[in-house]
Amino acid sequence: MTAAIVADGVRKRYGDIQAVDGVSLRIETGEFYGILGPNGAGKTTTLELLEGVREPDEGRIELFGQSPWPRNPEVLKRIGVQFQASSFLDKLTTRETIRLFASFYRVGKRKADTMLDRVGLSEFHNVPADKLSGGQAQRLSIACGLVHDPEIVFLDEPTAGLDPHARRNLWDLLRSVNEEGHTLVLTTHYLDEAEILCDRVSVMEKGKVLRTGAPAALIREIDDMVRVSVESGLIGADAMRELLVSAGVDQAAVEDDGVTLSVATRTPGPVLSVLGDKGALRGLEVRGATLEDVFLQLTGRGYGA
Amino acid sequence: MSVEETTTQVAENTSEDTSNHSSNDTVRETGTGKDSRRTGSGGGGAARDDRLSPVRELSRVMMLSVLRDKSTIFFLLVFPVLFLLLFGSLFKTTGTSHIKVAQVGEVRVLDSLTEAQHKQLSSVATITRVTDEAAALAKVRKGDYDALVAQDGGTVVLRYSAADSVKGASARATLNAVLEAANLAATGRPATYTLNASQVEDGSVKPIQYLTPGLLGWAIASSAVASSSLTLVTMRRRRFLQRMQLSPTSAWELVVARTFTTLLIALTQTALFLLVATLPYFGLRLTGDWWLVIPLVMCGTLSLMSLGLLIGSVTRTEESAGGLAQLVVLPMSFLSGSFFPLDSAPEWVRAVSYAMPLRYLVTGSEAVLSRGGGVVDVLPTMGGMLAFTAVVTALTLRLFKWNDT
Repeated sequence: MTAAIVADGVRKRYGDIQAVDGVSLRIETGEFYGILGPNGAGKTTTLELLEGVREPDEGRIELFGQSPWPRNPEVLKRIGVQFQASSFLDKLTTRETIRLFASFYRVGKRKADTMLDRVGLSEFHNVPADKLSGGQAQRLSIACGLVHDPEIVFLDEPTAGLDPHARRNLWDLLRSVNEEGHTLVLTTHYLDEAEILCDRVSVMEKGKVLRTGAPAALIREIDDMVRVSVESGLIGADAMRELLVSAGVDQAAVEDDGVTLSVATRTPGPVLSVLGDKGALRGLEVRGATLEDVFLQLTGRGYGA
Repeated sequence: MSVEETTTQVAENTSEDTSNHSSNDTVRETGTGKDSRRTGSGGGGAARDDRLSPVRELSRVMMLSVLRDKSTIFFLLVFPVLFLLLFGSLFKTTGTSHIKVAQVGEVRVLDSLTEAQHKQLSSVATITRVTDEAAALAKVRKGDYDALVAQDGGTVVLRYSAADSVKGASARATLNAVLEAANLAATGRPATYTLNASQVEDGSVKPIQYLTPGLLGWAIASSAVASSSLTLVTMRRRRFLQRMQLSPTSAWELVVARTFTTLLIALTQTALFLLVATLPYFGLRLTGDWWLVIPLVMCGTLSLMSLGLLIGSVTRTEESAGGLAQLVVLPMSFLSGSFFPLDSAPEWVRAVSYAMPLRYLVTGSEAVLSRGGGVVDVLPTMGGMLAFTAVVTALTLRLFKWNDT
């Protein structure tokens, strides 16, 4: 397999904020790749650097072996971008919108209409684009990114703000697009989305890639990780940490969100006995690892905190 | 086959735009037939026949956004025409200095005028006989009469108000002429010299001939500057420009589309203005090379649009773009003679006006619409406006940004 996208030591700074801090990636042709992280982790900036919207301060980016910056029409013809629905223009119908985007790539009218059909919007062709529901608008914006049959498709949080039904609907669409051989790169802050859709993910925080791998492999790495949780307020997080250290448990992440006190650990035995000794077992729950625990372990803090 | 293809494309475009169903169906059939032939002959260029052009689609979209918004139509077309109707009606009479004179008692020179002389006088003045001198004088003060005339022995007394010096002077000159003629007649000798005064413009000059180019210039300036600056700012804020940046379509194609749309709007405004101004009520007469107003308007629109694109490139929000556009357009309109003629303006205003692209549009269209100007009068003007466009556009390209951050 040849790499569709290569990034090497990419950095981007906005004023005092180091938005992207030395990101290196290699995305293979045909891959469904996820960039995962909380808000402000630098996902969107990373995506914009890969697309060629912005110039990196440092580092090298190549799409099909060519730099996307400065604006390179040869590269632009081969990539597609899904934008937030808000970038539609006023007063245009669904069909006028997709035809406008199709014209940017000199694509045929019929092809544009076929793409509308493909995302299930042909019956809405006369509806103003700003009157579409959230899920329909996202499908239209994906259709606008796919209309010229690009080799790489970039998607920036495609399911943000959608209801569960619309999310699943969109997942099916994205999966079928990927199965046709398109390389998909998506940012998301939904762990379940990355786990279900992506071949590989890069977990980002504070502009850095913490870990890259298949979701299942990342979870397997910590498959002996167990999360023990009890009701909050029975014992303080700091007190819990001290007790665990004195009990000889050195690998445990303690967190208290005001509702639940949870401990992620590989050695649940001593943790349970500490809690038992303190009589702090109300609401006790013990469960296996998820991608969230990968994140917790990588960052030492809860996801989205 | 290439000929057939071309025709088909044209037919299809037309049918799309007018949604003519019957012809649409026929075209669809032809299109499908061609597709299958294409596929048969080896695929590569399939569906090239109906490829969409970014310039055409962008122009269409910009035009639709005007046509689908009633308030935009009002401000682009209706509002300027209302302005022309208002100003045209207000100034309709100021051009002819017809004066109203109240005559108290007997005034021999006036009473003894021949039928022909009386007719000549009544073309410039209406003389009303009154009896109450005090009441008539009060009416002169109020402006109901422009002057009062009476005879005191051998002296003809004329009283007028300083409030309207033009009318006062006109009344004085008229009466003076009548007296001179009477004095001359009294000597019994024929006149040695006579003055035949007439305006240099053709006899039909009316305020509408100055108002039309001026207000049209203002209307075009408002719409060209505002719409082109707002296009850029709105598209940038919506991140539509960033989306375009990621397609092979260039910024030039966007500018060309904006140009088509802006020209179309400006020419529509011009047509409406000429239509209203040539109504018998206003009586503008299109004479000589009046059609030169069309290329003039096109060049002027380009120069004004380039200003709008510059504003759209240096501002970030619709509010600041709209504000800056008004800040440029309103003073420029005043300083370019859109609302009052530059001839009577102070020296510095005239000096400043030479830097305004709108001045050239206004004076140029005035030349061809009311001064009987021809190609040689407006060619340098058009050249200047195009040069202005080139300079401003070069600056805009340096400042143009696809996105906010």
